[in-house]
Amino acid sequence: MTITTAPGAVRAADRPTPSPPAGARRTSLGRKVRDNLTGHTFLIGAVLCFAVFSWYPMVRGVVMSFQRTRRGETTWVGWDNYLRILDDPSFWTAWQNTFYFTGLALVLGYAVPFFVAILLNEFRHARGYLRILVYLPVMLPPASALFLFKFYAYDPSDAGLFNAILKALGLPTAQWMQSPEMTMPAMVLASTWMNMGSAVLIYLAALQNIPGELYEAAELDGAGIWRRIRHVTIPQTRLILALLAMLQIVATMQLFIEPLILANGAGAEDSATSVAYLIYQHGFFQNDLNGAAALGVIMLVVLAGFSAAYLRLTAKQD
Amino acid sequence: MSVPQYRKAAALTLVAGLGLGLAACSTKSDDASGDASGKVTITVDCQPVGAQKELLQNWNADVAEFQRLNPDIVVKSVSVGEQCNNPPDFTARLAGGTVTDVFYGYMTDLQQVLDSGQAMDITEYASKDTIPTWDSVDPALKEVFSDDGKLYAVPVKNYSMGLVYNKVLFQRAGLDVNNPPKTWTEVRDAAKKIAALGDGIAGYAEYSAGNTGGWHFTALPYAQGGQVLTADGSKADFNNALGRQVLQNLRDMRYGDDSMGDRQLLQWGDLLTNAGAGKVGMFIGAPDATQAIVSQFQGRFEDWAMGPLPGQDGPAKGTLGGGEGYFFKKDLTPEQVRAGLKWIAYQKLTPGKGQLDYARSKPQNYPVGLPQPLLFTNGSEAQRQELELRKANANVDTTNFANFEANPVPIKGEPRNAQAIYAVLDAVMSGVLTNPDANIDTLLKTAEEKVNKLLAAER
Repeated sequence: MTITTAPGAVRAADRPTPSPPAGARRTSLGRKVRDNLTGHTFLIGAVLCFAVFSWYPMVRGVVMSFQRTRRGETTWVGWDNYLRILDDPSFWTAWQNTFYFTGLALVLGYAVPFFVAILLNEFRHARGYLRILVYLPVMLPPASALFLFKFYAYDPSDAGLFNAILKALGLPTAQWMQSPEMTMPAMVLASTWMNMGSAVLIYLAALQNIPGELYEAAELDGAGIWRRIRHVTIPQTRLILALLAMLQIVATMQLFIEPLILANGAGAEDSATSVAYLIYQHGFFQNDLNGAAALGVIMLVVLAGFSAAYLRLTAKQD
Repeated sequence: MSVPQYRKAAALTLVAGLGLGLAACSTKSDDASGDASGKVTITVDCQPVGAQKELLQNWNADVAEFQRLNPDIVVKSVSVGEQCNNPPDFTARLAGGTVTDVFYGYMTDLQQVLDSGQAMDITEYASKDTIPTWDSVDPALKEVFSDDGKLYAVPVKNYSMGLVYNKVLFQRAGLDVNNPPKTWTEVRDAAKKIAALGDGIAGYAEYSAGNTGGWHFTALPYAQGGQVLTADGSKADFNNALGRQVLQNLRDMRYGDDSMGDRQLLQWGDLLTNAGAGKVGMFIGAPDATQAIVSQFQGRFEDWAMGPLPGQDGPAKGTLGGGEGYFFKKDLTPEQVRAGLKWIAYQKLTPGKGQLDYARSKPQNYPVGLPQPLLFTNGSEAQRQELELRKANANVDTTNFANFEANPVPIKGEPRNAQAIYAVLDAVMSGVLTNPDANIDTLLKTAEEKVNKLLAAER
């Protein structure tokens, strides 16, 4: 493909030009503003919205993390809030729990939607209905879905759905959210059920973009289903897979509503305390908005660091 | 209009609209301290919500009558939800400076209100002139809302905990409904008999989540003469024989006798939902727990009775007390503070008026005759009037609470920075109620370390 550029643009870029006098610069700037007035005006709204509702709270959060408010007096305290948060015995528990949830969610919540999408893609009939079925849980408000799990599926008595099934199969029943060991797997299960519909639809869209000839060629070469997935499906959906992996990790690291509803907060022996829940505890129950802000900044740094590293690594691979 | 002009006009309209919208958001509400006619306006929160139909009618009638009696005062009511102080909302309002002029808070909120810089010192305004029954209000309650000798809120409700029990289940289990358990050994025996009724009934139920577990872990050592913090509030004081005994009692009932039900990690609404459904034999609570069971969780008053908090081997040595009050927002004018105090005096602290208008409450679905709000000093004139009115208009069987009233237990307040401590202590309760192999010593030691760090950080 040939790329052509406007002759004027080439000239402007190639030729060293003397800087215009200040008056001319102003005129040029003024003209640029006038020429793009409509665009700039439309932009103001979006920029204002981001500034007021996104950037300002972020900056304010960072500022607050270096301050302490007592008796209505706000003072700068340097790194004190960070040191205090690092010294909070729940800090490491929360990170441990959050990483555990993220890891488990990556195994279950990342792989399952991909294979469900592949399965759905193979269906020739009723594909639309199946898609609706898979997407249905996403349309349930998260709180309702989690209450369903809490009171219906995870009831620790024999009346609970899962325990009834286990009992019918002659297997030992579980305490679900009341057992520190089961808390995380149970939260991941509920979370995956709730959220996988969106990922399945995105994967399906990606799968449908893979040219059929590739599969035909692979079949002619004698590739079975697993080899077709490994050598055709995965490479062809690599970009989507990489993007969703990053989005999923960032989303699951912000685990909050699952512990809040399924475990009534911290869960059995703090087994459900996540970093986001700890921020909530500090900010809204412990009269420590500054500590909460510090923890929020730590989380931001961790997630931003992870995202940057991930993007860099995947960009290199591409 | 040409297309570019149309676009420009649309863009300008959009920006103007957005700008006006933001301006509207950022504009402070009208300064309502006074108007040209010389009237003083105050905003007051905790107006009942629409679903609390009768309570809302009562409130509105009180506002109308108060304004008629005080034509120079305008009361603007604000509803902040059925639970007037849902901690996250309350914190957000404090941090955002959007509390009303006169705002509701718990006794445990004083520190947070002071730290937020929203509190006003009302010491010089609170007197018989503004609150006619002021001298009858229990000085211990005024003390709870004071710091460094300065008063920051007016107490409007006070409670203490006891043993709340279901009479129907007691009868079915062959227990004496007029003689509730007085010691933990008796509680354990009764719980076993009630749980034996089956059908998912818990003989005794206990909280272990949402900070309510910590709240009750604080109350239970009080009954044994213990405390969660040392007297000076500087260190944790529950990792000892008393703390171990409290947890051992619960473990014995939960796993030894299986008399506490399968469902744990309960918080306030969970336990009361089960109680309303007739699935709880006994629990520790204040008299108004029965009100919540009836008004919010479809239970029946006649099913519930109350005894004093049980002690380990004899009567309890102490019980946890708590309550509510109204704070005043900083920078109010003296006229507004006086107006606010007058309103509270009328609606909360005058026998026969507002919350103490028992004749009005009697036909409504709200209990009259419960042993609270415990606002006035023993023997004071206000207490005499309040008790007389309460007795004359009782719509619940007061004998159900006679045992509780006849055996008063010394009241001990909640610890400093209570919510943060309760959050830590939740893990102790959830540990012992969800894990049969939990090591009580480790649970207490871990919690002790956390509380000590928390207290150290506060300093």
